[in-house]
Amino acid sequence: MITSEQQREIAFRVREHCIRMATRGGCFIGASLSCADILVYLYTNFLDVFPDTLQDDDRDYLFLSKGHDVPALYGTLAELGFIDKNRLQNHLKTNDTIYWHPNMNVDGIEFYSGSLGHLLSVAIGVALDCKIRGTQNKIVVILGDGELNEGSIWEGLLVAQAYKLDNLIAVIDRNEFQANIRTEELIPLEPLTDKFRAFGWTVSTVNGHDFDNLHDVFSTLSFESGKPNVVIAHTVRGKGTPSIEARADRWFANFTEDEITQLLAELHGGRMAELTSETLIVR
Amino acid sequence: MNYETLLQNLIELDEKYIVLTAENRAAIRNLPAKIGNRFIDVGIAEQTMIGAAAGLALRGRTPIAHALAAFLTLRAFEFIRTDVGISGLPVKLVGGVAGFLSEANGPTHQAIEDISIMRGIPPMGIFCPADEEDMLIGLEKILESPQPFYIRYNNLPSAVTHSGHFAIGEAEMVVEGSDVCILVYGTLLREAVKAASVLASKGISTRILNLRTLKPIDSEAILGSINWCQLTVTLEDHFLTGGLFSIVAELLLRRKIKADIFPIALENRWFKPALLNDVLEFEGFTGAAIAEKIVNELYR
Repeated sequence: MITSEQQREIAFRVREHCIRMATRGGCFIGASLSCADILVYLYTNFLDVFPDTLQDDDRDYLFLSKGHDVPALYGTLAELGFIDKNRLQNHLKTNDTIYWHPNMNVDGIEFYSGSLGHLLSVAIGVALDCKIRGTQNKIVVILGDGELNEGSIWEGLLVAQAYKLDNLIAVIDRNEFQANIRTEELIPLEPLTDKFRAFGWTVSTVNGHDFDNLHDVFSTLSFESGKPNVVIAHTVRGKGTPSIEARADRWFANFTEDEITQLLAELHGGRMAELTSETLIVR
Repeated sequence: MNYETLLQNLIELDEKYIVLTAENRAAIRNLPAKIGNRFIDVGIAEQTMIGAAAGLALRGRTPIAHALAAFLTLRAFEFIRTDVGISGLPVKLVGGVAGFLSEANGPTHQAIEDISIMRGIPPMGIFCPADEEDMLIGLEKILESPQPFYIRYNNLPSAVTHSGHFAIGEAEMVVEGSDVCILVYGTLLREAVKAASVLASKGISTRILNLRTLKPIDSEAILGSINWCQLTVTLEDHFLTGGLFSIVAELLLRRKIKADIFPIALENRWFKPALLNDVLEFEGFTGAAIAEKIVNELYR
């Protein structure tokens, strides 16, 4: 079994990939860094899906509903051999399909996303089919906390509990930010645990950057019979690079090559980067 | 045979079919007891139904999703466009009480822009049967098709005796004629037939094409009729914008053909809510009213 030290090493490389994608057009760097550890954990220790089982009906599924953090998924899929690492250099180029939101032309990406509030319902469809067929697949959908503003999420929460989809696990990347503003300052979500419980889901919370804690929670997930599961993962936007963490109100960044060099040095333990790039706000 | 029985038969024969509804059971009331867990009612949640349909299609199913046409195509539009359109998954959308069939419900329930918005989604096909018989003749091929389809559900009694031959993209020649050609789909076929008999009494020979699928459209049948007849009428219970008239206009522009086209459609407003026959009367869509409009157009 993989150790948490090995997972940390993979996540470190995933962060490097994310930072390298934040130039020459940029990417949604903050959210990518907040969910990088969750993705690495799920793919290395929880999901039964591998590059050679991607077409198997009995594989586990991961749906990235908050699609703008796809650099972390590209990086994870590259590190784990689902896609060629060289493809990451094609980020935003017309000769490939490595763009700002997930698409199914990338091996390992199960569905298109980018429009928030969609993939809970798509995951519900897959979970329903697995229930009907009596198969044991686990279906994970990663949701952003800002994404919880969407009404379709709350429809889906109702439907999933009505159909007793205990094979469904929603993971909330709780980095406490909407696009530009803290969730609690714009559309407050708390008490979030109570909301999910009231909707009939089993709720767990976890430190989304601590592999031992992730392991404790996911390996003991109650999978309470007849109840869908939600794991609220507390995370930090920009995690791993204090200078991006400090600018967490900016969610899309297009850095200069120099700034990328500084950020990589910072990730490796150097001093904080001096960021001067104007950050775009795009949704 | 009715819609429900045909669905049940197909579902029993082929495990890929699965039925969804957003608590609109009018057409499928007896299915739950017969098909068990392959009937999924998500409640009044059209967006979740469409997303779930895409998820089921990812697992190899062909979901047949039901809701009232207005809520299916409008409330869930972005889910249809994004989860079904972008992926091209074979999700079949069955819209109830489209066009004049919403009768007295009022404008909230009037799906009279459904053709317009569904045809703007690249892989989406559109099937608008004239009545229940026409729907049953085409249904199996529509469901079997690998592309997503929007079906304007129609369970009215037969307007005419239909040709049993059906192919996607092929219109049905209902009546041969040479002076006027009426291009029509759905509920108004029966009124077109009545109009033709009024016109015949005035010595005007009318051809009627029941278009069946509006996307793909039978361009050659339409162009052949336009070429053959003096006047071509597009007849539809849909806004003038984006429906059959627009489809024909686009076709003629693309082929650089000039023709005399007379549209009969709803012009920029919702229709008077009432029972079907009263709607037709009030809005001028009875056979007699249609014939009168055509005569006026011919001799103006």
